[in-house]
Amino acid sequence: MEQNIGAGDPDGRAVASNRTVEAVVAALLFLFGAVFAYTSYKLGFRWAIEGPQSGFFPFYVSLIICAASAMILFHALRDRGPRGAAAFVERGQLRQVLHVLLPAGVFVLGIQLIGIYVASVLYIVVFMRWLGKYSWLKSSLLAVAIIVAFFFMFEVWFQVPLYKGLWDLTSWTGY
Amino acid sequence: MADLAYLFHGFAVAVTPFNLGLMLLGIVLGVIIGVLPGLGAANGIAILLPLTFTMPPTSAIIMLSCIYWGALFGGAIASILFNIPGEPWSVATTFDGYPLAQQGRAGEALTASFTSSFVGAFVAIVMITFLAPVIARFALEFGPPEYFAVYLLTFCSFVGMGKGSPAKILVSMMIGFALSAIGIDIVTGGLRLTFGFESLMKGFDFLIAVIGLFGIGEILLSMEEGLAFSGATARINPKIVLETWKKLPRYWMTFIRSTIIGCWMGITPGGATPASFMSYGAAKKFSKDGDKFGTGVLEGVVAPETAAHAAGTSALLPMITLGIPGSPTAAVLLGGLLIWGLQPGPLLFAEKPDFVWGLIASMYLGNVVGLIVVLSLVPVFAAILRIPFSIIAPVIVVICAIGAYTVNNSMHDIWFMLGFGVIGYLFKKLDYPLAPLVLALVLGNNAEDSFRQSMLMSQGSLSILWSNWLVGSISTLAMIMLFWPLIARVKKALRPAKAEKFPEEQPVD
Repeated sequence: MEQNIGAGDPDGRAVASNRTVEAVVAALLFLFGAVFAYTSYKLGFRWAIEGPQSGFFPFYVSLIICAASAMILFHALRDRGPRGAAAFVERGQLRQVLHVLLPAGVFVLGIQLIGIYVASVLYIVVFMRWLGKYSWLKSSLLAVAIIVAFFFMFEVWFQVPLYKGLWDLTSWTGY
Repeated sequence: MADLAYLFHGFAVAVTPFNLGLMLLGIVLGVIIGVLPGLGAANGIAILLPLTFTMPPTSAIIMLSCIYWGALFGGAIASILFNIPGEPWSVATTFDGYPLAQQGRAGEALTASFTSSFVGAFVAIVMITFLAPVIARFALEFGPPEYFAVYLLTFCSFVGMGKGSPAKILVSMMIGFALSAIGIDIVTGGLRLTFGFESLMKGFDFLIAVIGLFGIGEILLSMEEGLAFSGATARINPKIVLETWKKLPRYWMTFIRSTIIGCWMGITPGGATPASFMSYGAAKKFSKDGDKFGTGVLEGVVAPETAAHAAGTSALLPMITLGIPGSPTAAVLLGGLLIWGLQPGPLLFAEKPDFVWGLIASMYLGNVVGLIVVLSLVPVFAAILRIPFSIIAPVIVVICAIGAYTVNNSMHDIWFMLGFGVIGYLFKKLDYPLAPLVLALVLGNNAEDSFRQSMLMSQGSLSILWSNWLVGSISTLAMIMLFWPLIARVKKALRPAKAEKFPEEQPVD
């Protein structure tokens, strides 16, 4: 990854350095391990008459997570090398990633509400229109064609019913 | 020789019009999956798994394993023509494959790559044919301590043979174990670690993790690059194929070396990706054209492709004989076996010979069919890569969501998939390996079970892991693997270090 900090192009500016993200992720992992260790501890991590208790295995697993992530955190904080200072993600890159991630989140929420088929059509249309700059007509035709093909494949041929959502908008199909 | 009779029986099982049709379908789907960035063998098979629930298990495994072979072939097309590796194990193929394509020798490079893939896979299948029954018979004697020792060896090998930071390998693996512990405790039957969430009662399905980590995570990564593909055109005709085949025998030594590296890395959970890099490095070192590597030599395509296929194929050996997969893709296939009610492991050979030998026979056939399909259809597959990413990306996300839903018919799983996608993106960027996480998630319950049973047998003493020569030597080997990074550091301190050659070399598969 090239270092672009201070470059004139605003898209090339780093949002965070490798070192920062590394440290934050390691800290989160440590937290994850600690919560697990505590829960397993409550569950019983010792030996009972019938052998190791429920929490025995997860307890030691989470201790290893804590120890290893503490090590990563320590290294990240001490890291002064060029790789640590380099950009984890540049602004332009992050924008691209969020362009996919946020709609994907809305898409999943959409599945929950209006089902996989309708949500997928809308998702593909919006994605093509917004990021691909295709015309509404082209996007809609393609999206509907793809999803109708999926509908036949899953509901009709393989008889695997997919999620229709809280408000079932495809009930008129009879599937 | 009784095994050969079984093999012929297996061919009889595999060669039905229905199964041959599925084989062809599997290969074509596999190549498409392999060509597309964002869809890989592991998540592709995970997504298609639910569609096979209604098929007979033998037909289902034939189709799914053919998707795997197809994906192994397909990765090379994107690497050579577009310089974008469709699969992690074809990164090394780009080093010489793309320069060859730029010189207008794409046909040659593709033929060489497909042929060497075929050779690598073929040797690995022959090895599986002869070794699998032996290992299975041997493993019939295994008790819980032996099994736990083998699990230990599998996971310690990640630490010993992985390229990245040992701490990251450990964290990734332990997260897999921790997630697998969520839900019902199989020994006591009680709930644990659900934090009061009803949706966590069933635990995390590893198929969801695979789809999220490898599918959504990969899409996010590809998006960052702001994809605009431009590639060389491929023309393959019988003349080019025959001419290339005439040249290939002179690389016999590279073939042998790469196959050995591949088989070894496949059986131990090294995986296809490190195998391809190791093999490329070795070929460069030993070849007399070593300094021309990287400018477009055929040998530089032969070496990584042979090793990647040999590794990808031999990863199935520990999966069918011991129930321990050598790669995430093998883990997904293992998950399939469990869903069809087949317990992989030594008993499978005794109880379901039709299934096992049908699968092995289909590996031979699948690779022959695969070679023919890819050689004849390269332009079609290359055309897929010319579809703009803004169409492909949303469709892949939709396919991932559908795949995640169909695993358990659960809406929660789609949310989990999205979460795993973000984790996959972060982990890949920070060089946390994903394979240990997936394998630990798959094997977590079995590993814990065998550990607890062993501990019951020994009244809580770890000495049971050294109670006889067999379990003792496996456990000792595991310990050497676990502490290998430390041992290597001591060795390095005694001897001057050599420079790191491939910075991309990470055990992602």
